[in-house]
Amino acid sequence: MDAQTVIAKRIALELRDGMLVNLGIGIPTRVSNYVPAGMRVYFQSENGLIGTGAVPEEGMHHRLLTDAGGKPVTALPGASTFDSAMSFGLIRGGHLDMTVLGGLQVDQSGHLANWMIPGKMVPGMGGAMDLASGAKRVVIAMQHSAKGKSKVVKTCSLPLTSARPIDLLVSELAVIAFPGGRATLMETAPGVSVQQVLAATEAELVVPDKVAEMAI
Amino acid sequence: MRTLSLADAVALIPDGASLMIGGFMAVGTPESLVDELVRQGKRDLTVIANDTALPGVGIGKLVRARLVKKAIVSHIGLNPETQAQMIAGEMEVDLVPQGTLIERIRAGGFGLGGILTATGVGTVVEEGKQKVTIAGKEYLVEPALRADFALVHAFLADYLGNLAYALTGRNFNPVIAMAADTVIAATENVVPVGLISPDHVITPAPLVDYLIAQS
Repeated sequence: MDAQTVIAKRIALELRDGMLVNLGIGIPTRVSNYVPAGMRVYFQSENGLIGTGAVPEEGMHHRLLTDAGGKPVTALPGASTFDSAMSFGLIRGGHLDMTVLGGLQVDQSGHLANWMIPGKMVPGMGGAMDLASGAKRVVIAMQHSAKGKSKVVKTCSLPLTSARPIDLLVSELAVIAFPGGRATLMETAPGVSVQQVLAATEAELVVPDKVAEMAI
Repeated sequence: MRTLSLADAVALIPDGASLMIGGFMAVGTPESLVDELVRQGKRDLTVIANDTALPGVGIGKLVRARLVKKAIVSHIGLNPETQAQMIAGEMEVDLVPQGTLIERIRAGGFGLGGILTATGVGTVVEEGKQKVTIAGKEYLVEPALRADFALVHAFLADYLGNLAYALTGRNFNPVIAMAADTVIAATENVVPVGLISPDHVITPAPLVDYLIAQS
């Protein structure tokens, strides 16, 4: 199983029937492929849609129906559309049960940096700051390292997305939560040892006596 | 409300004007108005919108023609031409969190001086801004935004100027239609008065100054 699949499948286990969920671009989008059968989850696209469905077949797209990346999507039966003020009211107002976002860095107190690399990449924050500050639960889908460097760091060196700590970090190696503001190893991926996670992590990790394996 | 030709409507816009333009990655952007702005070569524009789209698409056409002096947007990541002009100092770019941007526009149209939001607290976004604490929670004071013109894309309009939108083409459009001195709406379809049910009118006719039947 490749890294992105491990992450998407594990995050899908966080879904519950009836939830309103926003998925960011990239790995987060793949979570929708693993919704358990029979469960209804409402996916929001912040450009103004609840009930975002799969990518349409070639030639079947509607030019006024896209996801937050501007890519064609479908709207499922029971979908609804609305303007951007309503969309971000949903996000900030405590109506969004969960957001899944990508990350550049997560630090050991749960702070997230995911919107710019000064001097290199200044795309703008789009909806990321509202999502990271406003969603009831913030889950980060992120590869554990990039170019041999851990992305799970002691302190974020990149500009923060929000002062509010995230709730859960899922990488291809581990599930990390932040009880009491301290990064804590909750689960390891199948075939990955606690030692391997610690070796790949710059942050100080609390390791409980018993660490479960991801049930994916 | 008056109907005008595309050229006459855009001729109302002077160089240096501030424009709110609907659309999200060019979906729901009034391309006809954007094309005409480029054709008439309107200069030194301030553009308030969600993003600058892609190179040569939607608002990206204004960027490519170097007509934008300042952009107040939430995202420029998919338009390298915006980034290049920003880095070269040819365009000023004010990056605003998307929810804060739309709510500042909403406040501008709803007669409010600004909004309080927790988005951006503890990040670079809070630099230079007033903070207030309400019930123990910190908020940034974000001022309202208005513009000289709103360029709105509608899916459906009647001959009075009542507007309805389609799918994710709605985005910023009904909000900017409240927040500008002059509202120019370009619509894909025009129908007789009464055909849009009162319950389905999103932007009421009195808000629309000029209607162009060419999206």
